Amino acid sequence: MTVLQIVFLVTGLVTLLAGVMVVASPKLVHAALWLIVSLAGVAVLFVLLNANFLAVVQVVVYIGAIAILVIFAVMLTRRVMADSGPTHNPTWWLALLSALVLFGGLLALITQLPAFGATEAALPAADSLTDLGTSLVDVNRYLLPFEVASVLLLAALIGAMAVARPASEDEEGGA
Amino acid sequence: MGDPFGLIGRWLIDLVTGWGMEPEAALTLLRFLGAAILATVLLLACFFLIVAERKILGRFQDRYGPNRVGPWGVFQTVADFVKLIGKEIVVPDGIDKPVYWLAPLLVVMSVVGIWAVVPFAPGFRGTDLNVGVLYIVSIGAIGTLGIIMAGWSSNNKFALLGAFRAVAQLVSYEIPMVLTLLIPTMLAGSMGVTAIVEAQKDLWFIAAAPLAAAVFLISSVAENGRAPFDLMEGESEIVAGFNIEYGGLAFGMFYVGEFLHAFTVGVLFSTLFLGGWRGPGAETYPLLGLFYFFAKALVVWFVTVWVRASFPRVRIDQLLALNWKFLTPLALVIVALTAVVDKLAAEQGWSQLLALLAANAVLALGMFAVLGAYGRSVRKREDSLRGNAAALPARSAR
Repeated sequence: MTVLQIVFLVTGLVTLLAGVMVVASPKLVHAALWLIVSLAGVAVLFVLLNANFLAVVQVVVYIGAIAILVIFAVMLTRRVMADSGPTHNPTWWLALLSALVLFGGLLALITQLPAFGATEAALPAADSLTDLGTSLVDVNRYLLPFEVASVLLLAALIGAMAVARPASEDEEGGA
Repeated sequence: MGDPFGLIGRWLIDLVTGWGMEPEAALTLLRFLGAAILATVLLLACFFLIVAERKILGRFQDRYGPNRVGPWGVFQTVADFVKLIGKEIVVPDGIDKPVYWLAPLLVVMSVVGIWAVVPFAPGFRGTDLNVGVLYIVSIGAIGTLGIIMAGWSSNNKFALLGAFRAVAQLVSYEIPMVLTLLIPTMLAGSMGVTAIVEAQKDLWFIAAAPLAAAVFLISSVAENGRAPFDLMEGESEIVAGFNIEYGGLAFGMFYVGEFLHAFTVGVLFSTLFLGGWRGPGAETYPLLGLFYFFAKALVVWFVTVWVRASFPRVRIDQLLALNWKFLTPLALVIVALTAVVDKLAAEQGWSQLLALLAANAVLALGMFAVLGAYGRSVRKREDSLRGNAAALPARSAR
């Protein structure tokens, strides 16, 4: 077993355990912090796959934004900090069963793939980051999804402003 | 003397492999060793930075600054450090222990981590990530997380309020900072910090993008949370801030993180906009490059201290208005304009520098015109309010 494989296994275990803790932890803030550990684990997996860009974006977008999520969690739970109700209901074994079935199915499918068990292919010499950048503005590749996503985000941005705007705008003096 | 850093590296590898280690393991060991040395040297440099900053601030405020411990007071920080170590660690009741102790570590880590991608001199750098600029942003995000963790886990409402405030400030000012980081990326055609320094061979980027450099410096100072943006701490409003419940060395870590971040701002600015280690003769004598690097960083650092000493603290609404109504739109316009002008100049065969400078000048003139008009309208409204204050509802006077 190489060092990389050990790192992969440890990271995978930590990511999964943190994911379990997200749903099992009774405090909402702790759940959000465990979510950060889980997402950071995914970032490490990206690094192991030589996808530096995705790893860094994972940290910026998820871990950076989760600070805000934690704030909301704090704001929502400040009054019910002592809440210690059960974290699971009686049908938890059904969820476990379906998760296991899903995992088994995926495993069965993936082992059928011809690429399964193949050794790591050498990355193309061209900079994959540049390739990613050009593919987003290439008409034949991902230009349309990219532009649709940007329009969607813009619409969401404007919608958020419209929702947050005070209803009685005229009384505010138009400032 | 051609390549002293490469020589040292090869000598170290030869030494370790000579002890019977495999080359790959030796390289890994040396990487860890290098990271440990870099972090230690940085934290030790804080002794100097803190005393220098206090001396400079003292002079600005017409006093001597620290002048008792050692010659000219240079050992003041050492004495403070010894005092901090000697203090009892007071752990408040009802805190969230793991989160509470993790928070200062994350804050210091987010500052030290930036240095991993900074090229100090030709051939002397931590690592050359091809997404270096984005990495700097992502490491900064972890610092924000550390602050909210500190505020929440302290079980103190003032700490929590301070953390809310700090996160509002840090998350907002991240936006113009990220947008202006795109300018060196665009001009160099790469997100790697080393490639950005390489691209400034003929021309420092501050010449081609002065407005972007200014916006970057302002938002960096705000990210650091220093005057005039030192709203994370407000003695009169929220007792101290997110770090109120920390004492002894745990508080010292937040303190060191802040002072080291101030110097890191200088390092980042000089690397991205002032050519990093570039200077006359730096190619042939890399040690000279190291000197240029720290000289430039110290100059920018001095400017931030100068700003700190000169400007009063802004209010929280002014802080957020400056970001959302001024810096963010300006940064967006700069990004769009630089992209278009840069492409046009390349296609039409204009001088890239002159085209970008002209675009910046037009943008600056437009900016001042808009700001002037806005100021006049505000004054006009205030005058009219003062004129017939009784006739208008009081709440519209903002």
